[in-house]
Amino acid sequence: MTEPTSQAARPTPTDHSATIKASLKRRYRAETRFRWYGRIAIAFGLAAVLVLFVDIISKGHGAFKTTHIAVPVEYDLAQLGVRDLNDNQQLALADWDALFKSGLRELLPDVSGRSARRELYRMVSNGAGYDLKDRLQANPRLANQREQVWLSADDDIDTYFKGLLDGDPYTARVTEQQIEWIDELRSAGQIRTQWNRNFWTRGDSREPEQAGIWGAVMGSLFTLAITFALSFPIGVSAAIYLEEFAPRNRFTDFIEININNLAAVPSIIFGLLGLAIFINFFGVPRSIPILGGLVLTLMTLPTIIITSRAAIKAVPPSIREAALGMGASKHQVVLHHVLPLAMPGMLTGAIIGMAQALGETAPLLMIGMVAFIVDIPQAFTDPATVLPVQIFLWADSPERAFVEKTSAAIMVLLGFLIIMNTTAVWIRKRLERRW
Amino acid sequence: MAINNDRPIPTQSVGAQFHDNARMSMRDVNIFYGDKQAIFDVSLDIGQNEVMAMIGPSGCGKSTFLRSLNRMNDTIEGCRVVGDIAMDGQDLYDSKLDVVELRARVGMVFQKPNPFPKSIYDNVAYGPKIHGLAESRVDLDEIVESSLRKASLWNEVKDRLHQPGTGLSGGQQQRLCIARAIAVNPEVILMDEPCSALDPIATAKIEELIEELSENFTIAIVTHSMQQAARVSHRTAYFHLGRLIEVNPTEQVFTMPEHELTEGYITGRFG
Ligand SMILES: Nc1ncnc2c1ncn2[C@@H]1O[C@H](COP(=O)(O)OP(=O)(O)O)[C@@H](O)[C@H]1O
Ligand SMILES: [Mg+2]
Repeated sequence: MTEPTSQAARPTPTDHSATIKASLKRRYRAETRFRWYGRIAIAFGLAAVLVLFVDIISKGHGAFKTTHIAVPVEYDLAQLGVRDLNDNQQLALADWDALFKSGLRELLPDVSGRSARRELYRMVSNGAGYDLKDRLQANPRLANQREQVWLSADDDIDTYFKGLLDGDPYTARVTEQQIEWIDELRSAGQIRTQWNRNFWTRGDSREPEQAGIWGAVMGSLFTLAITFALSFPIGVSAAIYLEEFAPRNRFTDFIEININNLAAVPSIIFGLLGLAIFINFFGVPRSIPILGGLVLTLMTLPTIIITSRAAIKAVPPSIREAALGMGASKHQVVLHHVLPLAMPGMLTGAIIGMAQALGETAPLLMIGMVAFIVDIPQAFTDPATVLPVQIFLWADSPERAFVEKTSAAIMVLLGFLIIMNTTAVWIRKRLERRW
Repeated sequence: MAINNDRPIPTQSVGAQFHDNARMSMRDVNIFYGDKQAIFDVSLDIGQNEVMAMIGPSGCGKSTFLRSLNRMNDTIEGCRVVGDIAMDGQDLYDSKLDVVELRARVGMVFQKPNPFPKSIYDNVAYGPKIHGLAESRVDLDEIVESSLRKASLWNEVKDRLHQPGTGLSGGQQQRLCIARAIAVNPEVILMDEPCSALDPIATAKIEELIEELSENFTIAIVTHSMQQAARVSHRTAYFHLGRLIEVNPTEQVFTMPEHELTEGYITGRFG
């Protein structure tokens, strides 16, 4: 498209290089600027992540340790009113708190007066009596014996003591007397922090020192198992049908548009849908992992269908042609060639869908998985809560000790998410085939 | 393709379209993609153990025509074939005919080598497996070996039968695809520009192979290389804008073409 006239109008060829040089400088400057925009954006993202992690870890690390007090205990069956350790009724009626109360009095003999004693007893966890009962039941040889037991301290004592160790004690919830006793116990080596087993092995509790994450972890596992078992086969089948078998017409276009729309629906709507369909219509009980799994299946299906379709589309047509040319039937082409090649992509999509489901809170609130549940779920039909809902519940609790529990639970949830996403990347890298 | 616009394209093909010992015969074949017609009134025979080359400028419908011979066009939405295509007297577009069976009898080799991302062994064994041609593992081993031998690939791969077929060189991959196609012992093999993605040495090997295969198989090959057509084929068909212009013994096509369009193409005036 070069007209001879304009070429003739140009001066000499040497002027060209000068013009180019000048424009080059401009281009390089633009490029440098562009590169810096990118770097700044990435730095900003990394900084945000770093702040998040530092904040959560600094708040949450304390929850992995908890304060214990060494109390001498004498399992005096006569005093407890228990004659037979296998008689549950006797065990239930016994005053187990008396065991640690007398132990505490022994430990700090100077304490006198009703109110002072009550303050003293409040130093250990409310559940300490039951812990001792469990201990004796598990080990009947302890009957009528003496031993020193590290009992978990009350959450206020725990918060104060851990603050004390960090040089920043929080005194608002402890009395001056209790502070004195703690000093006394500390110099005697009778108080210390220990690995917090309760956090990893128990369900929720009103008492922060007894509350654990395990109930929510199990609830999440059961719920996700249902979600995966339903959404993966359904999603993959739908994707295969739509990609490989369905005719292209208005109806399939309509389906396609709606699947994409479904992926964009706010998750709380799925909760309402689950409430209306599964609970009100089919009468599925509230709060159970089956119900949570059903609702999360509705939510993850579009994601799995879309990623699976993309994975199927990515299988080169030449492979399909080769198989068809060999006389493979349509379903053999899919089964022998398309599916194996698309599987890594489908699994990656499924794992990402599961990670989304794991972090989902809103729809589960609608179907009663926000209930306060102490027992660790043992089956798909036991009432349960899930990790993000547990975080929500703890964040909402007034006790100060729940602050660190909240952050610790977030760490656990993030840990699971990181594991899942890493697995997805690993699968993709590992199973990826070149052709 | 500005040439010859002044002359109408003939509706009648010239030359020896028909064959006494025809394996496949096509009569008045018209092929459409939706409303667009890609092949016009083509009649042609392919003889027993013949190598039929199809040449012509790109876009003239060679692949479309070739793919109608094993009904690969069925997989393209909107593609319609009108006319008679028969193999040993049997109508290929009969509703009672099973395409799976047809494709076992009419094998195909594609332009770009497309081995399955599986082992060399599994590539060759795939056809026999899905058609149930092997009674036992020993049978299958035998089929794989003889197919690879016929494709002159055995010596190069016998020590790595269980490595992926995609790890071979381009020429080896194409010979693997040929081995895969002949493993089901088809009667006809269709090849759509099988050498266009290969270097000259690999091309020479494939051409040699085609010559050997013609002893046992009937072959229809589309090629954009006139030298290749001249080297491997017995008869050559020249297509132009969806019409079959001329069919004649290869030697004649390249020495004294009957039609001036053919002459124009082989002398390089267009294409
Ligand atoms: N899948 C298709 N859909 C619509 N038109 C097609 C399709 N495949 C080929 N065509 C058209 O049919 C004509 C013949 O194509 P093709 O058979 O591929 O030519 P050749 O193999 O001779 O280069 C071309 O005009 C091409 O655009
Ligand atoms: Mg959401």
